[in-house]
Amino acid sequence: MLLEINPLVLPDIGLVFWNTVAFLLLLVVLGKFAWKPILQAINDREQGIEDALAKADKMKSELAAMQSENEALLAKAREERATLIKEAKETADKMVADAKEKAKAQYDAIVADAQVAINQQKNAALTDVKNQVGALVIEVAEKVLHKELSNKAAQESYINELAEGVKLN
Amino acid sequence: MTFRSIKSLLVKTFSVFSLLLATQAFAGENHTPATTQAGAVAPVADEAHGAKKEGDFNVTETILEHIKDDHSWHMWGHVSIHLPVILKTSKGFEVFSSEKLVDEHHEPAVYKGNFDYKLMEGKIKIVDAAGNIDEDASKQLWDFSITKNVASLFVSVFILLVVLLSAAAAYKKTGVKSAPKGLQSFMEPIILFVRDEVAIPNIGAKKAGKYMPFLLTIFFLILINNFLGLIPFFPGGANVSGNIAFTMTLAVFVFIVVNVSANKSYWEHIFWMPGMHWSMKLFLAPIELIGVFTKPISLMIRLFANITAGHILVLSLICLIFIFKTVFASAIAVPFAVFIGMIELLVAFLQAFIFTMLAAMYIGMATEEHHHDAHGEAAHH
Repeated sequence: MLLEINPLVLPDIGLVFWNTVAFLLLLVVLGKFAWKPILQAINDREQGIEDALAKADKMKSELAAMQSENEALLAKAREERATLIKEAKETADKMVADAKEKAKAQYDAIVADAQVAINQQKNAALTDVKNQVGALVIEVAEKVLHKELSNKAAQESYINELAEGVKLN
Repeated sequence: MTFRSIKSLLVKTFSVFSLLLATQAFAGENHTPATTQAGAVAPVADEAHGAKKEGDFNVTETILEHIKDDHSWHMWGHVSIHLPVILKTSKGFEVFSSEKLVDEHHEPAVYKGNFDYKLMEGKIKIVDAAGNIDEDASKQLWDFSITKNVASLFVSVFILLVVLLSAAAAYKKTGVKSAPKGLQSFMEPIILFVRDEVAIPNIGAKKAGKYMPFLLTIFFLILINNFLGLIPFFPGGANVSGNIAFTMTLAVFVFIVVNVSANKSYWEHIFWMPGMHWSMKLFLAPIELIGVFTKPISLMIRLFANITAGHILVLSLICLIFIFKTVFASAIAVPFAVFIGMIELLVAFLQAFIFTMLAAMYIGMATEEHHHDAHGEAAHH
């Protein structure tokens, strides 16, 4: 027989028997009290790690969303501020321009009024002067005429003179 | 890595086979009883030994002596543990100490129990009054003795139970949330390795959990016995995982698990290979059927041959000292033996891994769901 070449390749029934006993014992005892709790614990831990990682990922994405939201808000705020400033500036410019215009109009009106008043007063003054001059002229003329026409001859010559003038016309 | 391990495997298998042939060749001239164990007193009264000198040294016998099972566990010098002998004969069970099977010179002696027992080449046989083997009675002799290998196996079982149960207790104590500590952190990567590198890639994540206890038990049992076998003194020194009975038992368990868990499509692929011409189917069926048996047999021989070859290598190197009969040979022999020992450490792990991985692969093949009959499977569930 081939198996009888060497006792090395001839299995002993004793060891086969005891090994079967030992293996089954190990399988049952370790299976129940070692492998089950160990594998369960490892699984639980892995599950925990997985959950934690998923949670962290979720938080991260949430944070990113929040950040982008914040950024959008910030951009919006910035835009609003810019518009506000722009509007304020426009209003201010407008107000300044309006004020300027108003001031100018008022100034113009005042100047015009002043001119009118000046003209009026000038005219009044001129009229007054004219009247006074007229009166003075009449007075002087009266006095002169009075003096010249105090004699009869002079009166007659003058009338003649005037009469001659009328003829010329 | 894989290539190198295959290469070393080939080398070892070859060396084992050449050794087997060598012992056969020597068998004709070696009638000396197995006594040349280191430290044992050289025999005096023996015809075959009479012609030889006292210092004569048979390398093959010495090496085989160390590799084979024994009824006593040699510890140091002249001290050995005499292990109990348990025999089942036609007259029932019988238990006695193996001390009674040897005389004061460590020579086999006849023990008179229900029958006359004597150690013949390490095995207990029933002898008649003249000292010749009674073949008929010996055939009914069942030797359930606690031999060196059995005792070593018990030691390894004890170590495994202590280590793994205390590791499991640590999980209960510290809970899931805290990081593993001490022994627990040493065992966890190995368990994870078996799960993630052996079970899940071969069986699939869904079914792997069911076979994890089996694979882990096989892996750790082989691993611890490989390591214990590398220790040259008590409580190591036995060659359990290099014993064909040990590897055969484990291979038979793998065979049973594979075939019990095999599904319909596995058997279909063996007996009636789908997608082939009927003539090919007829041709393939016997080949596939042989494959069912050669798978576990290859497991059995691979582990046995690797571990035995490693032991033979180390022992051969140490034997160089006795062959050259000079202590200076140790200058070469010892460093080489240490070097081989280092490789054996790797092999111890590698062989446990390979055995478990192939077992997982066979289970994976047997439980694999095939697409073309997935409908039929689905209808059953």
